[in-house]
Amino acid sequence: MKTTQSAEEKPNGQPIIEIIEMHKWYDEFHVLKDINLQVQPQEKIVVCGPSGSGKSTMIRCINRLEEHQRGKIIVNGTELTRDLKNIEKVRAEVGMVFQHFNLFPHLTILDNLTLGPIWVRKMPKKEAEELAMHYLEIVRIPEQANKYPGQVSGGQQQRVAIARSLCMKPKIMLFDEPTSALDPEMIKEVLDVMVDLAKEGMTMIVVTHEMGFAKTVADRVIFMDFGEIVEENEPNAFFDNPQHERTQLFLSQIL
Amino acid sequence: MSVQVENKAIKPPLTNIGVIGWIRHNLFNGYLNSLATILIFILLIQLVPQFVQWAFIDSVWFTSGKECHQVEGACWSVVTQNIRFNIFGYYPYEHQWRPLVAMIILVSMLIYSRDWKKWSRKLGYTWLVALFSMGVLMKGGLFGLVSVESTKWSGLPLTLLLSFFGILASYPLGVVLALGRQSRLPIIKAFCVVYIELIRGVPLITLLFMSSVMFPLFLPEGVTIDKVLRAQTAIILFTAAYIAEVVRGGLQALDKGQYEAAESLGLTYWQKMRLIILPQALKIVIPPTVGILISAFKDTSLVVIIALYDILNTTKSILNVPEWTGFSTEAYLFVAAIYYFCCYSMSRYSKKIEKELEYKADT
Repeated sequence: MKTTQSAEEKPNGQPIIEIIEMHKWYDEFHVLKDINLQVQPQEKIVVCGPSGSGKSTMIRCINRLEEHQRGKIIVNGTELTRDLKNIEKVRAEVGMVFQHFNLFPHLTILDNLTLGPIWVRKMPKKEAEELAMHYLEIVRIPEQANKYPGQVSGGQQQRVAIARSLCMKPKIMLFDEPTSALDPEMIKEVLDVMVDLAKEGMTMIVVTHEMGFAKTVADRVIFMDFGEIVEENEPNAFFDNPQHERTQLFLSQIL
Repeated sequence: MSVQVENKAIKPPLTNIGVIGWIRHNLFNGYLNSLATILIFILLIQLVPQFVQWAFIDSVWFTSGKECHQVEGACWSVVTQNIRFNIFGYYPYEHQWRPLVAMIILVSMLIYSRDWKKWSRKLGYTWLVALFSMGVLMKGGLFGLVSVESTKWSGLPLTLLLSFFGILASYPLGVVLALGRQSRLPIIKAFCVVYIELIRGVPLITLLFMSSVMFPLFLPEGVTIDKVLRAQTAIILFTAAYIAEVVRGGLQALDKGQYEAAESLGLTYWQKMRLIILPQALKIVIPPTVGILISAFKDTSLVVIIALYDILNTTKSILNVPEWTGFSTEAYLFVAAIYYFCCYSMSRYSKKIEKELEYKADT
């Protein structure tokens, strides 16, 4: 496999995420092969690739929704291992936005947002509600606070999901195809929120097929295929001058 | 840009609405249904007047058993003349006000607590006080009340006691077992699987027998455990296994994304279960859960097998008295009505909860 240099580009500072020679299997099936990735604080990385290429699995390994079987993953200074006692501490610092939003349907939008701060951060209820309203304003839907998730549109649900993660004040945000389940007219409202977030300096890893977003926001684009990182480059070079044959094929199919 | 739409709605044809519409739609909707309607109608005409004649017109209400044998109709005297024994069984006659008060406390507490929005810490303490006073009333030995052995507890109070605590304790136990069955820790998981499969593999009667006959054999000399308590335990353990399987269904029906979202927020296992998973899973399985609780309520009548006198067994005893033999229909109808009232209330209550928990416009 070919990877361009990445650690050398930003030599200063400790990476916030470090993946070293990581492998993962589902039973016999080798889903992730020798993944190496370093992410610096405030870096924005877009991961793309055909379906089944392991992109979602890779970012799900970063907050240990999936376990890896070989290699190392170090997140925010903690190595993810089998006998890690408080994985919750790591997860509290890593926000995750899912393709299907995964809001809690039995709670109001406000309660969805305050749940984490109240139970994980032990924040007083009133303070948590103020925080929640603050982030609802950032994602531009403060007026929906007392509705249930089922009562708002898909795009609004995804923005609530982003706000829910932000309420934990995470150091890293992972996005797992955040717009693929949305109707076309709702994609933009979600992407706008994500662009704002990127401008604020959040460390982000985004699995997406939205190439426009990748071009405007990403520091690096990673292309994965068959469980490997095939190519990795800064966006202009990546789109204008893809090195690898598989990357060229993929880009020709989606652009 | 708004477009004016002319209101073109007209009334539906007369044959589709009102009484005629209703009859057509519900009773004569197709050949087979029309036939069924007519047959059921004929059956009702045959049966209902006869039943009314027997139950109300030709019946006697407050006679002795001897006079009863002279009449054609129902002999409700078997119920009215034996009501105290039927309800309270072998509880000492002059102290029967005590179980009566205990039952009134229980029922009023249940009625008061039926709105779950009223549930609070204060209500919890009230329940503790209520349970304690019910215990004192039944058992005695405190506050100058004469002590009554639990072997004397019988009739309706026994039935309510066994079912109330059976349901109260088996539900949380079942939930814990269901969670245990999904545990990643192999020992906990194995224990729960073995427990559930073992208990579900035997009839309740077997458990009751074991608790009353075999279990005491293993106890050291001189140690005895209350018979009612043993039966109660058997009922709880039995019902919990069934609840566990139903709850497991609810846990599996939930979208995996709910677990993942809860985990990625950094919630611990118990927070995740308590705040996210169980509220949704338990709601999904309300209908089958109530089914199990209702059958648990009725299954308490099986304690007859270990010589406890619940309300069904006291009825049987009455029918064994020569004066009243032969009036089993009337006596059992009465007991059936009591059982029906309790079970139907549970059923209605579960419907109510289900409705209240329905969150609007599911995704």
